[in-house]
Amino acid sequence: MESLASTGLLWLDLLLKVVAVVGFFLVVPLVAGYIEHKGLAHMQDRLGPMEAMPHGVGQLIADGIKFIQKEDIIPDAADRWVFALAPGVALVPAIVILTVVPLGPGVFAENLDVGIFFALAVSSVSVIGLLMAGWASANKYSLMGGLRAAAQLIAYELPLVLGAAAVVLQAETLSLVGIVEQQFAFTAFGIPVPYAVPHAIGLALFFVAALAELNRPPFDMPIADSELIAGHMTEYTGLRYAFFMLTEYAGMVVLAALATVLFLGGWYIWPGIAYPAGWPVWLTAIVATGVSVGKIMTLVFLMVWLRATFPRLREDQLQRMSWLVMIPLGLFNIIVIAIAKVVA
Amino acid sequence: MMPAVPKIGLLKGLALTLKTMMTPSTTAQYPHVKPDLPPRTRGVIALMEENCTVCMLCARECPDWCIYIDSRKETVPAPGGGGRMRTRNTLDRFAIDFALCMYCGICVDVCPFDALFWSPEFEYSTYSIRELTHEREQLRRWMDTVPPPPPLETGAETPGEIETGLEKAHKEAEAQMAALLAAQQPAAGDEAAGGGGAATTAVEEEPHVEAQVDQEVYDQLTADGVAERVARAKAKAAYVRRERARIKAERAAQG
Repeated sequence: MESLASTGLLWLDLLLKVVAVVGFFLVVPLVAGYIEHKGLAHMQDRLGPMEAMPHGVGQLIADGIKFIQKEDIIPDAADRWVFALAPGVALVPAIVILTVVPLGPGVFAENLDVGIFFALAVSSVSVIGLLMAGWASANKYSLMGGLRAAAQLIAYELPLVLGAAAVVLQAETLSLVGIVEQQFAFTAFGIPVPYAVPHAIGLALFFVAALAELNRPPFDMPIADSELIAGHMTEYTGLRYAFFMLTEYAGMVVLAALATVLFLGGWYIWPGIAYPAGWPVWLTAIVATGVSVGKIMTLVFLMVWLRATFPRLREDQLQRMSWLVMIPLGLFNIIVIAIAKVVA
Repeated sequence: MMPAVPKIGLLKGLALTLKTMMTPSTTAQYPHVKPDLPPRTRGVIALMEENCTVCMLCARECPDWCIYIDSRKETVPAPGGGGRMRTRNTLDRFAIDFALCMYCGICVDVCPFDALFWSPEFEYSTYSIRELTHEREQLRRWMDTVPPPPPLETGAETPGEIETGLEKAHKEAEAQMAALLAAQQPAAGDEAAGGGGAATTAVEEEPHVEAQVDQEVYDQLTADGVAERVARAKAKAAYVRRERARIKAERAAQG
């Protein structure tokens, strides 16, 4: 399948794709942030932001303007260049992943044959940003936070990959578009269902590991405020701090999008229910994108819900949970799926 | 040791947060929506300066020493003429420093001449601590926001001063009526009955109404750019007028 932005002119294609990806990147994480503000507030019996535009819709824009105005402080002892670059290193992978995430038929920048591999590989890069920030800040809290983030990422990258690998095994393709199409044709005992049904364990692993990768509560040990102030973000101010925050929200959207593609049937409402063939391409693309974004936002809401409900895990509990529970479970899941695939 | 296996508690927690999200929160959107305070909220202390005799009891009883009173002695001729000149204390300054005040209300309780009152007004924060010392003009203005005293219990004796005041008022009204009747008698006999009826209703006690802010009037006035304090007072007055008219109409309907 070709991207809708393919016109045959290389530079025009590139421009269109970059504009679309950056536009998505700047808008949708703000929606996710708004869901977090409001969802969290109402779960805590508050109203959340109410002043910036009706019902505080513009709160994150106002926050952004505030961050721009703030002084950009670099500590004397900090390693200037590394310190200054770290937020960018953390942020860029989130944008890069978006180029391969399909939101609808043709609504993606690139259909890579190694899509899921590319996405997971790039998502691991952002931890380098956190490590750089932790080391360059010349602050013990930052350093501890950076190291915890790295340890956590190594521990939880495995269940994430194992959950995705089982889907790849099932779909027989690494391409994200291919996975959606395969899932569309998938039936379990004659009933069309998304991969979430046979891969319930995989989905749970993927989702929990995604929370841990993003340092989202209850896995926010690297930025545990009661122990480490704000972990790797302790010394950051202004726009660079905002970049770290944006990384978190963009990461939520990106990993929710990957989970949607891998387990929830992507842009189809339900496997087996195709969009009417009579619809023009643009209508199908818009409706399909809406369905995708709806699924993504549902997952984002789930992340917020978990954050509001569960207390933070201790560092040793966090590591134990990954190595002793989730990784064995992931391997078991792959074996079961492989056997089922061969037998069926 | 293996970690404890998560149990049903995880789901219970999720159910609780979801339930909380679905129940509307009780947060009051304060500057936009006025708080629904009890009518006798102790917001600020108001001064009825006409009643003040400069006895200084409030200033002396104040635990924070936040009441400042200055006065001078004035000589006035004896009432009824003749005799020696009498001296009287006249108030020069009465100020309360609300930065020091701890709102204990001892001054209100201790005042023997009903010069100090609690007012429900509370929106008088300032940017400077000095502006929190309010002088007598402001304290007098706050008197307008003081709700009328609560009605007496049924069967209670009317306080002496009110009784004498009422008697006096009744007598005056009757005398006026008599004069009016005498003047109108030769002109038209039948009009006297109507005039008499009007006069008795004038003497009739005003129904008691607890003052409240009429939100509609208040919104209207603030929208018209009237200052908040003035709008609040006017909204209260409008509410009281409307309620009185309503109660009177009810009474009239009952006969």
